[in-house]
Amino acid sequence: MDDTICAISTTLGVGAISIVRISGKESINIVDKIFEGKNLHNVESHTIHYGYIVDNKNKIDEVLVTVMKAPKTYTKEDIIEINCHGGIATTNKILELLLLNGCRLAEPGEFTKRAFLNGRIDLIEAESVGDLINSETDKKRKLSLNGVTGSISNLINKIRKALLNINANIEVNIDYPEYEDIEVLTNKEIKPKILKVMEDLDKLLKESENGKIIKNGINVALVGKPNVGKSSLLNTLLEEEKAIVTDIAGTTRDIVEGKIVLNGIVLNLIDTAGIRDTEDIIEKIGVNKSQKIIEKSDLVILVLNYNEKITQKELDLINQLRNKNLIVYINKTDLQKEIDINEIKCENIVLGNTLDIKNLEELKNKIIELFNLEQIETSDFTYLSNSRQISLVRNAKKSLENVLIGIDNGIEVDMLLIDIKECIDYLGEIIGATYKEELLDEIFKNFCLGK
Amino acid sequence: MFFDIIVVGGGHAGCEASHATSKMGFKTALITSNIKNIADMPCNPSIGGTAKGIIVRDIDALGGLMGIIADKSHIQIKMLNNGKGPAVRSLRAQADKVTYPKNMLKALKSTENLKIIEGMVEDIIIENNKVKGIKLENEKIINCNALILTTGTYLKSKILIGDSSKFEGPHGERRSNFLSDKLKQLGFDIIRLKTGTPQRLDRKTIDFSKLKEETGDDTYWAFNCENEFFYDKNKQEKCYLVYTNETTHKIINENLAKSAMYGGYAEGIGPRYCPSIEDKIVRFKDKERHQLFLEPESVYYDDIYLQGFSTSMPKDVQEKMVHSLKGLENAKILKYAYAIEYDAINPLQLKPSLETKIIENLFTAGQINGTSGYEEAAGQGIIAGINAGRKLQNKEPLILKRNESYIGVLIDDLVTKGTKEPYRMLTSRAEFRLLLRHDNADLRLRKYGYEVGLINEEKYHKLKEKEKNIDKLLNELKEEKITKKNITQNILNKINKDDNFNTSISLYDFLKRPEINMELLLNENIIEKKYTNEIYQQVEILIKYEGYIKKELKEVEKLLKLESKKIPKDIDYDKISNLASEAKQKLKEIRPLTLAQAARISGVNPSDLSILAIYLKKEYGKDEL
Repeated sequence: MDDTICAISTTLGVGAISIVRISGKESINIVDKIFEGKNLHNVESHTIHYGYIVDNKNKIDEVLVTVMKAPKTYTKEDIIEINCHGGIATTNKILELLLLNGCRLAEPGEFTKRAFLNGRIDLIEAESVGDLINSETDKKRKLSLNGVTGSISNLINKIRKALLNINANIEVNIDYPEYEDIEVLTNKEIKPKILKVMEDLDKLLKESENGKIIKNGINVALVGKPNVGKSSLLNTLLEEEKAIVTDIAGTTRDIVEGKIVLNGIVLNLIDTAGIRDTEDIIEKIGVNKSQKIIEKSDLVILVLNYNEKITQKELDLINQLRNKNLIVYINKTDLQKEIDINEIKCENIVLGNTLDIKNLEELKNKIIELFNLEQIETSDFTYLSNSRQISLVRNAKKSLENVLIGIDNGIEVDMLLIDIKECIDYLGEIIGATYKEELLDEIFKNFCLGK
Repeated sequence: MFFDIIVVGGGHAGCEASHATSKMGFKTALITSNIKNIADMPCNPSIGGTAKGIIVRDIDALGGLMGIIADKSHIQIKMLNNGKGPAVRSLRAQADKVTYPKNMLKALKSTENLKIIEGMVEDIIIENNKVKGIKLENEKIINCNALILTTGTYLKSKILIGDSSKFEGPHGERRSNFLSDKLKQLGFDIIRLKTGTPQRLDRKTIDFSKLKEETGDDTYWAFNCENEFFYDKNKQEKCYLVYTNETTHKIINENLAKSAMYGGYAEGIGPRYCPSIEDKIVRFKDKERHQLFLEPESVYYDDIYLQGFSTSMPKDVQEKMVHSLKGLENAKILKYAYAIEYDAINPLQLKPSLETKIIENLFTAGQINGTSGYEEAAGQGIIAGINAGRKLQNKEPLILKRNESYIGVLIDDLVTKGTKEPYRMLTSRAEFRLLLRHDNADLRLRKYGYEVGLINEEKYHKLKEKEKNIDKLLNELKEEKITKKNITQNILNKINKDDNFNTSISLYDFLKRPEINMELLLNENIIEKKYTNEIYQQVEILIKYEGYIKKELKEVEKLLKLESKKIPKDIDYDKISNLASEAKQKLKEIRPLTLAQAARISGVNPSDLSILAIYLKKEYGKDEL
């Protein structure tokens, strides 16, 4: 933490302006060495200065330099931001100069890490900021911002408070067993209270699934026999939306054929045929790779041919997918009908023809309906924004499941507390709250005791 | 005159401390202002209670006196929370206020190496920041190598009843006027605390027929780990329940301005868990009644303690308040409730050994450290005694961990978090209470008592025997398998009908079933009775709660890992950049010994802790961490 770090904080190559950010004790010293303009040592904090970045008197770029002195900065350290002209070569050159003059290249997220270590932000904010930086769409940004302002913290806090209250009540029953006026919580009374909290956690998890959708998009697998029209469906969708046609280099989802944005939500379209064009996905359904694609997808669109009888293998696939989000798209309605639609046990059937845009609307509306995308749009975002938080909530729920098992086995209340406390700890970990003093406060605030 | 160790104050902390040092072979003097007040109980007439009962048990396991003396002196005994899990069961005895001090004095008088001296200590003699002795009020000097202060509430005490106050200790005893000034001079941060005690009523004037009885348990119980009983369970005294009513509340509300606390006559900070009755009525307005207890103080006199009614109202208002209670219409008040204010030191200035950080070989224990309660005092007393002895023996101090004893929790809380109010032990303060049970005190602590010299060979041998038998029985139960065929009809009846365990199951796993217990299996001769009851009880707990115990042990492991990360004594916190200023200030003040202790300091955030950990790694190398 003693060294000074730098990084390009805008996406390289995108946009007219790039920002290079420097944080640490030596920020001003280092930048001053390569800046031609005012002496940065003498300027006020939080001011912007015009000048040039120079390398041995050679002007590299015309820039604006923002000087922010500790502690009122994002990292609580001295920070300098250099706004330069955005070209990859220029920005890299400036970065290189900074490194030569004593900066170290920041690790991913290191600015935020410093902000956290210096007590500028708490853990949940730090994580949300990380998400904010990586957010692609407007909705994602809102979601990340929400984490920063702490609406998740508020919700978790509320759930946690409910548990703390149960906890305090049990503690009082333990420490003051002879006070008859205080409600004695027995397993019977605890059970509905725990169930209520579990319900809240479930809701949060469900909403977080939506949050995940906003962040990561919906993975859509297109499956169907060869020549049934998967590729043309895919292409029509992509052309229609004119969105992200090609996969961005560096994503791990190397099988994504393309992305479209629907109601602000990214759909990652995966054409299973795209893996090995000539092979029949349905033939290969037992094969691991295809299974994995289907497992990974949030939605499967099975394309059938209006003009052909449905095969047993297709029926098997529909049956196998009964617990997944499945849309059956029956293509080629411009041809003679041969298919028996009554055989298809699926609620989401769309008849269509990839040549006709109107039918695509119907497909899109089905997706919107299936994922409640309208609602996601309008609801306020109280989602856990990353997998660490989500898994902590899952753990919290697991603890409560253990409480219920204990209750059913007639375990004494004070033992149940072990799992209740574990749950409180998990939730506390999300919002960085500690348990002990709070509990005592709760006990003495809400219960009347004493000699 | 010279003693190896001097203990100042004959309360519960002083008794345990002086007993421990004498037993360890040190020539010890216990100095008290009045020998009649040795082991005095100026407040409630009970020893033990939730969590506190386990402290008493722990003291006994270490080789202290409180447990066995309470066993010999009580007039009623109860296992609290007996219907709850084994972790929170705790004994409480109504100790006879005449018998208990008498038995304690007898025990101390028969302790080798211990001399009890009457006198008022008003000065400490220090040389090079090291204790050399004390000076009595009559200018007499007694020298020593180590000094333990257990002065209770007697430092500049002030008794408050309504708007009147007196400069004296409990029972009108004289207070120490200069000792706390001396401590202040030496650099101690002196805090002012307050506590209170309710009225004592004349037994003969109470109409008990209107009140609900509270009787002792029908089972024999003991604090001492040998389970020796000294009473007849059929001859226990009764306690009674009383409730406040509308009239009581009206009287209090109308006279609030006259209360010392609400009238602004008191400056000390009182404990949250011991609010005065006026406090309770003001804070919990919608509560229609408050529960009170009548507890006999002794079989030798008529005072009945009115628990729950402590107040700093003037006497005339107290009369009205008491007479408004059902059954107490004609009760005669023998002693009025009073509040007492006294000086204490900031416990953050103590090491976990209870030696002060400022003066070498000076130890403190009990209320002077900011605690409240006989048991809390005694628990610190025995540790201060042991560690004063260990210091003179040039040995490492005995520091009980939070997973080993309530005493460990108590002292760690005090020296790490400090206290703003008199500190009382509660089960909720212990994070590992399933490990800190009443029933396993000897298994947890006897070894330490033996190591320091307070537990003799015979008792230690018994412990080893017990440990061995527990292991043996556990193994036997794991090995022995049963099927439906070789259990009795009585047991089959208990088991769920559609539960078919046709394959064999070990008795160990069988015992895990909620409907099965050790008693049943013993009665039905499925398990052969060849050990003592204690062994079966212990093993049953270990089996039935195995999952929960494992969970706590996992947490303990995390704690111990942090505890093992020692912070060098000479660390310079100013050199650690980026440490938040509050954390820096707290760390400089408390100087925690380990990262675990640092983590428990309020104001030291996880980020401060990781900065500290990184600094330690950088400065002191990998071996330290």
